Amino acid sequence: MASTTSGKGTAVVSLPADDQILITREFNAPKHLVYRAWTTPELVTQFWSGQRGTMRSVEIDLRVGGRWRYVMTTGHGEIAFHGEFLEIVPNERIVNTEVFETPDAPVSDAGAPVTTTTFTERDGRTTLTLLMRCGTKELRDTIIQSGMEIGMQEQMNLLEELAISLMS
Amino acid sequence: MAEPRRRQILDALIDGERPVNDLVRVLGLAQPQVSKHLRVLREVGVVEVRDDGRQRLYRLNGHALKPIHDWVTRYERTWSERFDRLDAVLEELKDEEM
Repeated sequence: MASTTSGKGTAVVSLPADDQILITREFNAPKHLVYRAWTTPELVTQFWSGQRGTMRSVEIDLRVGGRWRYVMTTGHGEIAFHGEFLEIVPNERIVNTEVFETPDAPVSDAGAPVTTTTFTERDGRTTLTLLMRCGTKELRDTIIQSGMEIGMQEQMNLLEELAISLMS
Repeated sequence: MAEPRRRQILDALIDGERPVNDLVRVLGLAQPQVSKHLRVLREVGVVEVRDDGRQRLYRLNGHALKPIHDWVTRYERTWSERFDRLDAVLEELKDEEM
């Protein structure tokens, strides 16, 4: 395993609009490598699960209209995501839908969150941005809350508004 | 429906506590409406009130901020762990290219 890079970036999560999540992170690598790691199943398998488990399956059909599906095994069972690629500009931008598979999930993918991933290189370093448009505030909140105890919904909504106010 | 107004109230209270009359002026709403929003905000614990002589002063509840901070922080941590491992993958890819 490679050692930690020097000049490691920091992930920043912000909530630019009621239905959106924005994640940014800088990497000490050129964008074609970040893009390759992001879109190659064997490489996604190595990082996607973070500290939460292991990847059981990573399928990526990288073309417009192609599908993707990730399955992660965690201490609490399996969780899976899938979606469709809507736009692909190699080494620059990927637009895809993203559906969190749950037992009671809707059969249709209509209304699924749409994620735009961009790769911007400067001085050999790459900034990765993920903008998730969830369509509704409720879905956005559910996505952020996934993996943690869900508090009283009304309270969370208000607290979140407050947090946004304080961040701006 | 009422949420934008509630957000305005929270915004107005960021600088410090205010009497309801202040909030009425800032929001441009009738006092009964402002009071209604304040009641909701108090019920969920993000706003506190205290009596100061003849007026009631409203302020943000700092403790209530912690859950939302934890909420975003935890989500951020999940992504940080993922990205840290991506760093390692990228180091290997860079080594291969050399």
